[in-house]
Amino acid sequence: MNHLKPINKKAARIERATENDVVALQRTGLPQLPHFPVGCSLVFSPGWEADRTGGTAGLCQPVERDLFDCHIGCYWPAQVPDQLNHAPDWTAKCAAAQKDWRKIDLIFP
Amino acid sequence: MTAWVAREHHRFEAAGKPFVYLVPSAAIFALDDAADSVLRMLSTKPRTREELADVMTDHAALDAAIAELSRVQAIGIAAAPIPPTPKVIPLAPFPLTTMVLNVTNQCNLSCTYCYEYGEDKIVDTENGKQPKFMSEETARESVEFMLKESGANKVAHITFFGGETLLNFPVLRKTITYARQRAAEVGKDVDFSLTTNATLLKPEIIEFLAEERVGVTISIDGPKEVQDKFRVFQNGTGSYDLVAPKIKELLKRHRSRPIGARVTLTSGKMDVKRIYQHLTDEIGFWEVGFAPVTTSPNRAHAISDGGYDEMLGQFRDLAFEFLETTVAGRHHGFSNVKETLEELHKGVSKAFPCGAGLGLLGVATDGDVALCHRFAGSDSHKFGTVRDGVDRGAQQAFLEQHHIANKTDCSVCWARPLCSGGCYHEAHTRYGDTTHANLHYCNWIRGWTEVCLQVYGELSERNPAFLAQFDDEEMKELVS
Repeated sequence: MNHLKPINKKAARIERATENDVVALQRTGLPQLPHFPVGCSLVFSPGWEADRTGGTAGLCQPVERDLFDCHIGCYWPAQVPDQLNHAPDWTAKCAAAQKDWRKIDLIFP
Repeated sequence: MTAWVAREHHRFEAAGKPFVYLVPSAAIFALDDAADSVLRMLSTKPRTREELADVMTDHAALDAAIAELSRVQAIGIAAAPIPPTPKVIPLAPFPLTTMVLNVTNQCNLSCTYCYEYGEDKIVDTENGKQPKFMSEETARESVEFMLKESGANKVAHITFFGGETLLNFPVLRKTITYARQRAAEVGKDVDFSLTTNATLLKPEIIEFLAEERVGVTISIDGPKEVQDKFRVFQNGTGSYDLVAPKIKELLKRHRSRPIGARVTLTSGKMDVKRIYQHLTDEIGFWEVGFAPVTTSPNRAHAISDGGYDEMLGQFRDLAFEFLETTVAGRHHGFSNVKETLEELHKGVSKAFPCGAGLGLLGVATDGDVALCHRFAGSDSHKFGTVRDGVDRGAQQAFLEQHHIANKTDCSVCWARPLCSGGCYHEAHTRYGDTTHANLHYCNWIRGWTEVCLQVYGELSERNPAFLAQFDDEEMKELVS
């Protein structure tokens, strides 16, 4: 960073943590550090065309993550049950999405 | 067109340069002119990149500054929702690092402002159910409790507290011997400290404390005229003349640990600099820490709003004296500023104001486990007993109720990463409710944090090596 200089330890950690956030998958020749896509791009609100960094690298999501992000925090019309009215217990068995996503069953209207 | 807006932050200046303290991450960045301009413009209202570009001529610098500020979340898209504060309750069982043992609830002084004895006391020390002195057996059970509850921690800290701790010196001495032996058996280290009013110090006790490397904190308010105002015996005589020579004796003999003074500040004439100078130069303390008295607001010794302003001014003067001394490479013992600098350096962002109920627990004379030493012996916030272990349900419920995410008053305050609502006991005394934020000293906390940020910024420019002492091992590993 050229305009901000990290002064305390937390700032240094933030700098390191955000350093390799944007890694275009098509780029080669660079060390490919683990890339954690950030799911729905609500923060930048353009829909699904770009991720929150403006790139396209993070758009391919595991389905369980996709499903969950849509159903919890997003206005984007998603193929998830209406949890407010129709299927309030849909995720009752799914305490942690990354572990329990298989327990989310289909809902038939 | 996308509009940007500044996220929660506190801008400050030090050494003539702009800095930003980010909330809630507690990161501190130095800003160059471009980043500073962008942040300041976005602090007043949301603006689009084009609106910013109308003012700033260097567009390459503008775009880079926007990218960097948004990368660290100092600014964000105005329309995007701000994520709520995550409410993460630490996983139980949380290892105990410090156990504060109230070896007695009796005291030979009658300091009129004392929370243990004064008008605001929460523990019945006269006719309550607790014994006046902790028995040897309870102390041993407490040691076992500590060793068990410290979990995987290699070092356990035991702090003796009271009442006046030295009134129960026989049990204190035996507890130290017992704890050392038991800790060695289970492969741990144990570290001791105590707080005393110094009235009962005598050569054998001093010798013992020095031998055993017991950390000592002395409660003392300053020179004779200050000390004798509140720190008096039952008959009203001041304690200064008795304690001053004993403290000097202690400081002469006990060199194995730095010895600190702990000053209670009250209304009336406050002269922080004079107190500091007396306790360091004239008495010889290595460090002096100040704390405003904990009391309900209607007491004569309670610090008023104006009093907090005055205290802040005096703290600022002493903090800048600390700065100049430190820049010159010499030691300065104003411990309040040092503690805050350490937290700023690490970027501490607290979910809870202190370790009470987490890594720190108090133990009453009968072995009841309490939120902290100030609640030891009280029925409110009792967390089990040393014999039965920590009441995990009560502890979990307490943490659930006292998380910063619950303190709506604090949700708009930039100083919350450090303050987190302030002392539970203070809130209990002021508002009768430990979950209440200590709203009576918000301005003081923000003022003091601002002073410490300025000192921190100055040190980062003028003596960064001093700050490196706060890098802990984990950090050093991460940095290297």
